[in-house]
Amino acid sequence: MELTVNGTRHTYTGDPAMPLLWYVRDELGLTGTKYGCGIGACGACTVHLDGVAVRGCQTPVSAAAGRAVTTIEGLAATTSGRPGPGEQLHVVQRAWRTHNVPQCGYCQAGQIMQAASLLARTPAPTDAEIDAAMRGNLCRCGTYTRIRAAIHTAAGDLAGAKPSAPSNGRS
Amino acid sequence: MADIREIDRREFLHGLAAGGLLLVATASGCRRVSDTFGGTAAGSGGTPAPDGPPLAPAVYLRIAPTGDVTIIVHRSEMGQGTKTSLAMAAADELEADWARVRVEQAPGDEKTYGSQDTDGSWSIRGFLQPLREAGATARAMLEAAAARRWGVPVSDVAARQNQVVHASSGRTIGFGELVAVARTLPVPPKEQLRLKQPSEYRYIGKEIPAVDLADITVGRARFGIDQRLPGMRYAVVARPPVYGGTVASVDERAARAVPGVERIVRLPHTPVPSGMSPLGGVAVVARNTWAAIQGRNALRITWHDGPNASYDSGTYRAALERSARSAGKVARAQGNTATALAGAAKRIAAEYYIPHLAHAPMEAPVALANVTSTGCEVWAPTQAPQGARDALAKVLGLSADAVKVNVTLLGGAFGRKSFPDFIIEAALLSRAVGAPVKVQWTREDDLQHDYLHTVAVERLEGGLDTDGKVVAWVHRSALPSIGSTFASHVLYQDDGEMAQGITDLPYAIPNLRGEAGPATPHTRIGWYRSVINIPHAFAIGSFIDELAHAAGKDTRTFIAEMLGPDHIVDMTRAGLTGKPQNYDASFDEYPIDTARYRGVLELAAQQAGWGQPLPAGQGRRIAVHRSFLSYVASVVQVEVHPDGTLSIPRVDVAVDAGTIVHPERVRAQMEGATIMGLSNALHGEITFKGGRVEQVNFAPPQLAAAGDTQRTGYQIMRLDEAPREIHVHVVPSTGKPGGIGEPGVPPTAPALCNAIFAATGKRIRTLPVAGQLAGTGAIA
Repeated sequence: MELTVNGTRHTYTGDPAMPLLWYVRDELGLTGTKYGCGIGACGACTVHLDGVAVRGCQTPVSAAAGRAVTTIEGLAATTSGRPGPGEQLHVVQRAWRTHNVPQCGYCQAGQIMQAASLLARTPAPTDAEIDAAMRGNLCRCGTYTRIRAAIHTAAGDLAGAKPSAPSNGRS
Repeated sequence: MADIREIDRREFLHGLAAGGLLLVATASGCRRVSDTFGGTAAGSGGTPAPDGPPLAPAVYLRIAPTGDVTIIVHRSEMGQGTKTSLAMAAADELEADWARVRVEQAPGDEKTYGSQDTDGSWSIRGFLQPLREAGATARAMLEAAAARRWGVPVSDVAARQNQVVHASSGRTIGFGELVAVARTLPVPPKEQLRLKQPSEYRYIGKEIPAVDLADITVGRARFGIDQRLPGMRYAVVARPPVYGGTVASVDERAARAVPGVERIVRLPHTPVPSGMSPLGGVAVVARNTWAAIQGRNALRITWHDGPNASYDSGTYRAALERSARSAGKVARAQGNTATALAGAAKRIAAEYYIPHLAHAPMEAPVALANVTSTGCEVWAPTQAPQGARDALAKVLGLSADAVKVNVTLLGGAFGRKSFPDFIIEAALLSRAVGAPVKVQWTREDDLQHDYLHTVAVERLEGGLDTDGKVVAWVHRSALPSIGSTFASHVLYQDDGEMAQGITDLPYAIPNLRGEAGPATPHTRIGWYRSVINIPHAFAIGSFIDELAHAAGKDTRTFIAEMLGPDHIVDMTRAGLTGKPQNYDASFDEYPIDTARYRGVLELAAQQAGWGQPLPAGQGRRIAVHRSFLSYVASVVQVEVHPDGTLSIPRVDVAVDAGTIVHPERVRAQMEGATIMGLSNALHGEITFKGGRVEQVNFAPPQLAAAGDTQRTGYQIMRLDEAPREIHVHVVPSTGKPGGIGEPGVPPTAPALCNAIFAATGKRIRTLPVAGQLAGTGAIA
């Protein structure tokens, strides 16, 4: 089968039931996507399938045939990403740095992918919308309050970047 | 203390020293590591080290001819920020430009680095001073080199941001250009070093992004799970489900049929107590992780369970209760508690139950090993690379020199990764299959075979006089000791465990008794973030609130009364029966100071708006605890809803940890410790039935919101349950640094449950809270 990962086309002939998680990690060497539980209960393996967050451990490679997979390594280059100063970063990645969100960092790729997917659909989420969208992603270090704050910052950056957006204090 | 040490990693040090200035700092001072040394570090004098590892911890700092600065950090990074904080301390004294600083992770090597065990919240406590001295030493040598070059007195020059500046002439010269001369100059003795005053700090106390932050946000950070070698195989292991169990028989046919499965390997059994060793079992080695998991799941194994098959959490709780209700082994006794209780105006008793907890770091145990004919190299997320190295050498029959342990980033650890069992598995399998092998623990493996946090019954009895003052206090604690993981017949907590709350109780109570009750172990007990402080502090913090309630007093006022006038607690007259324990520090250096308790108590209370009215259904309460030489008070504000669920609008945490290096990471640690403490209290519970852990994997997200008590899932706090606000208040201090990673956990659970009592009148004495609040929400 054929699939696109971070803009590159790949042909895969192995077990079609292999979860996308292990395919991108073990076969493609894209190790930014993490294993956490294998049952879709923690979100560490979150990737985008055609721009929408899915659990990599619950998505067989076969479900990605003919579709576009984005992992954390490819996030900045997606349409919702915008160049930051120096390095090309997605707004969510920039906000994560602004708020010093990560502690150990292991779950953060999944958190960032989930947040980016949320903002793509809901550019200015309320706290309740953030809670609902992010509650599937566990963080054992306890960075949750910063994740909330960073998503609001990213949403603000997105709003500020739109030329047609109403004035938010920036001239 | 050793002053000159044999450097046996000569190659490594040669490479580092070549052309640059390399300093090694120990507690007794700094020395240059010359690129021409012939087996000893060239130093400022002294005698060669005796055989064996140095007593002093060591850190390395290098300045290259390019001016680039390398700081080798020998502590493991697991999210606490140690790589960044320690490097900041050295760079500050060096006057290095932070943009020119690189931080390198040291491999496990006791001879070179001293103890690398990253536990007990002691990295800053142990290494702030040596790192500052290393930086100051290098700065002095660079300044001397510049003064010599310009022919001016050294007092006229000063290092500034990777340059040395001669202010009166306006001349500047970069560190890199000075290295060639500086490295030939005498190393100034420790006594002559001029360390910065706090007002001169450039990095210490300032906000600097963690060194791995950028890599983490783009998926470039490399954890244990991310290590790869050419030809690497993947392994997943079926371990005995009951502690001490063995394989009776195994049917491998279905496993062998899984595409990608290559080998099935029996791992040796370790008798109980298994200590640091793996549990044995059957490993499936495959071409990728998925095939290994499927192969492992396809094994048909019959187990001999052994005596621990009887382990049942319900029965065990009753046994612990019996233990806590009888006289135990006395650890501290002052006055006469029996008489005082008999004569008390009011007498209350309470029992608390604190269950097993699983570490469940988001990165489950994982390790890559490559065993060849000449040695063994591993890459692992380990908190104890030297222990791992020694254990590997022993198991493989190699000398320690033939074993290299590379420390990766740790995807969470919380004490779990102080044990090398998973690393040894990888090495045994690599040797068996003749290829590099990565062992991957699944989440199921992690929960089934953790070195669990202990399980405890804590019984307290207190007496109040007619003024509502505490005149008697008896605390009995029954829990299986961590020591039972390493030695047979350990039935009691040791002095160090009892000193995590019970024997170091600071309160001025005339009649006081602390006892340990016996508890038979049935599983591997390990260190879990803040360790035995968890049950002790929960019981103490809850019982104080119960006493305050019985006395009709405000809890904050009551705690201040119990502390008495500000004083240092005299631990030589505390009635201790065993060796005084103070987190491996002396009480002279780190006394128990009730003024610091009161300081955090008042700070947290004031900042939280103590005494201000709350809406119906809400409660606000406090707990305070000293652990790892730091003082923390937590105020939790909770709202209990009519359906028995709760939310946490706000938590205030006040911390006095002495000198703070990286305030932003300190706040992060307190936020994280608060959430972990809340998660432990609200949801954390591992239970056993038939000797087996009942929790199979993480509880799925759809169950978490309802406060579900489903036993098959291990529930940890999710984002929607997290406090809306956590405010961390750091006491400004230039005192000796205390711990940061752990001390935020212990006061959180009692503060939460006291707040629940304030909101509902329901006293939580059994953790976790889980579904216990059903029907209580409307009371307030």
